[in-house]
Amino acid sequence: MRTGLQKWSLWLGAAAFLALPLASWAQLSTDQLKAWESAPSAVSHVGNVTGHAKDAAADYRRYCVGCHGELGDGNGEVAQWLNPPTWPKPRNFQLGIFKCRSTPSGTLPTDEDLFDTIARGMDRSAMPQWSTFTKQERVDLVAWVKHFSPRWANEKPGDPIKIPPEPEVTPERIKAGRDVFARVQCWKCHGVQGMANGPSASTLTDDLGAPIAAFNFTEGSRPKCGDTDQDIYRIFMTGLDGTPMPSFADNIKPEEAWDLVFYLRTFMHQPSKEKQMAKQLNLKPVDPNAPPPSGQQ
Amino acid sequence: MRVTRRLQIRNLAHFATSFFAVSLVLVFLVATCSQPANALPAFARKYGLRCSACHESWPMLNYFGQKFKDNGYQLMNDRDAPIWQNPGYWPVTFRITPIWHRLSTGKVLVDTYAGGALTGQAVQRITTSDFDLSGLDFHTGGTLEKNFSFYVLPSSDPTASFHFETVMARLDNLWGSPWLNVKLGKFELDNLLSEKRILTLTGNGGIYQLYHFRPVGDGNIFGQMGDNQLGLEVLGHSWNDRTRYSAALLSSNDGTVELVDGANSYSGFFTASQAFDTGKAGVQRIGAYAFVGLAPTTWATTGGGATVIPGSGIGNKSFSREGFVGQFYFGQHVDLQVVTQHGEDNAWFGQGYGDLIGGTTTLNNVTGTVLPTGARNPTWNGVLFEPHYVYSPQLIFIGRYETIRMSQQSTPGTASTLGNISTYTIGYRYNPFMTSRAGFAWHNEYNWLHQDGTGPTLGLNAANINTSELLLGFDFDF
Repeated sequence: MRTGLQKWSLWLGAAAFLALPLASWAQLSTDQLKAWESAPSAVSHVGNVTGHAKDAAADYRRYCVGCHGELGDGNGEVAQWLNPPTWPKPRNFQLGIFKCRSTPSGTLPTDEDLFDTIARGMDRSAMPQWSTFTKQERVDLVAWVKHFSPRWANEKPGDPIKIPPEPEVTPERIKAGRDVFARVQCWKCHGVQGMANGPSASTLTDDLGAPIAAFNFTEGSRPKCGDTDQDIYRIFMTGLDGTPMPSFADNIKPEEAWDLVFYLRTFMHQPSKEKQMAKQLNLKPVDPNAPPPSGQQ
Repeated sequence: MRVTRRLQIRNLAHFATSFFAVSLVLVFLVATCSQPANALPAFARKYGLRCSACHESWPMLNYFGQKFKDNGYQLMNDRDAPIWQNPGYWPVTFRITPIWHRLSTGKVLVDTYAGGALTGQAVQRITTSDFDLSGLDFHTGGTLEKNFSFYVLPSSDPTASFHFETVMARLDNLWGSPWLNVKLGKFELDNLLSEKRILTLTGNGGIYQLYHFRPVGDGNIFGQMGDNQLGLEVLGHSWNDRTRYSAALLSSNDGTVELVDGANSYSGFFTASQAFDTGKAGVQRIGAYAFVGLAPTTWATTGGGATVIPGSGIGNKSFSREGFVGQFYFGQHVDLQVVTQHGEDNAWFGQGYGDLIGGTTTLNNVTGTVLPTGARNPTWNGVLFEPHYVYSPQLIFIGRYETIRMSQQSTPGTASTLGNISTYTIGYRYNPFMTSRAGFAWHNEYNWLHQDGTGPTLGLNAANINTSELLLGFDFDF
């Protein structure tokens, strides 16, 4: 009882049903991914898991390419709409320069550093916490990130800095931390009350010339490279490469770095022992015009 | 007569040739305008992420998208509040799907004529095909402030008659914990395999039968877990969303506003699930759900029983739906979604009491009504399997097999298979481009459904119904 038109429609439907996926299949194959597979640096190790770049290609394309771009140069389609300092530009993996490292300034990060960054994300940026990935997926992505830069083929990652055990926080240590804060002039960018309003704050740019904001300790955000005391300690001692935040490894001693950690906690929004102690001490902000504490030039 | 017929054939052939040519051009255009691979574009635009970041294939969420939703449509990167957006940003997306479909239904009762006079009725297959539209959805959602989120979805049928599909506000991360979030309003139940994000569009394949099943003659419209419901939900999850739970208190009114249905009764919907990292295979999730509640079978009436007084439902009887959910991944390309269900309605529902839509009811459990002798609770079991092959974020192949089997009919002596359903769906969705701005999918799908004993009798005992639908469409949103 079917009319000719109905039969034609059926055939057309079936033809279209079959034709499109075949056409798209052909288009989605590229030779490029194979080239990446052969790169010698396209391997990573975190714990007992080994990652291979080729296994991350699909995840990179699904999740990352919109910002970081096909070539890892940070020029994905979205990059043009990200306006620093509110929305920092995506990382250019080709440069091999990373903020969050456990290694000294100027050296390459470890695989674990990149692995942690992927799960932690980057607060106050478009980089989310990719914590839903499996460990294997993240290790594969580390390998993928690494092979964008020739640095990984020619250099080894730096040795992670040693972080001494965290001492007990005391009022004296908090006061000592304030002295360190004044001496190394953290306030110039972060402000005397940690509100990111120091005299240099508005002039800060990253290595690529894009405006960048100093961290505001008071607004409740997490520091970009982690919010534990160890993470904050590590930030002083390694610096955030590619940004105006230098490494203070040559300027402050390990115990002073801990003092500074405790002092910075007094600025932070979250309740802490340090905040309570600072309140009991009636601790005043540093005075930018005061002479440096005696014996500390 | 012969000349006219020849002209008709020629016209048809001409039309078919043109149609074929246009189809080929469309196929060619879609296939060649592809870009290297990209849902709610309002979210994609806000965060600059491609559709593929949150969707296995738009609109179905992947684990990252599920976590984003569970966080109250927040990435938790301290840039979620509207204050960080350009003031011109307006979180609105529309979605609609123009389609062509061919629908074939077996065993339809059709009047027969001879000599211009009605002679009786016959059972025959009806096949139709036409171009059509889906309804139009306006999605608007996001954050009002950090940890204050909302979702409003005015939705229309194809004639542009609107209703509120979703209206809810959420308090997120209470006391700084992802384990405590509260949602109030009309919202989708926390179904891991979301019907609102279903990848298929046909009449029978575009829903999960398990989420709406009612035994033949059953009057309980209140147990449809695929329908958005009015209520309050408490939900929470671990930081990486591996562990999830939700508990919702719902009005037993199937999401109908203004107390028309089921007033004075409540239901509960509970879910819990746990995901496991299985290395190269991916993340596997298993969970369980339970939808339990009471719903009315009696309404006060006025006008001699002609009119039901809205909101007057009493005579509450129980119902339940419970089952397991599994999301199993086999590497980066293949996954299998599984949902099981055991359902039970009170015998009153089984005998047809309870169905109140639009203020009328055919059966009302008024004082003194008694159940027929032997009437018992109807029960059933069902399962659905939905495998996917994700070639890339731009191309997904979908299959589904769903079956529901009655295990106990409400009326003794009823055919044990009456109302059983089996349905198969296959299809694919191809997104020729993928950006953070808009979504477009070329959608092809075929569905076949079989139900036992619901055809016209006409002397045939328990005639079975088979329907099939072929659908091609452009599914897009912006």
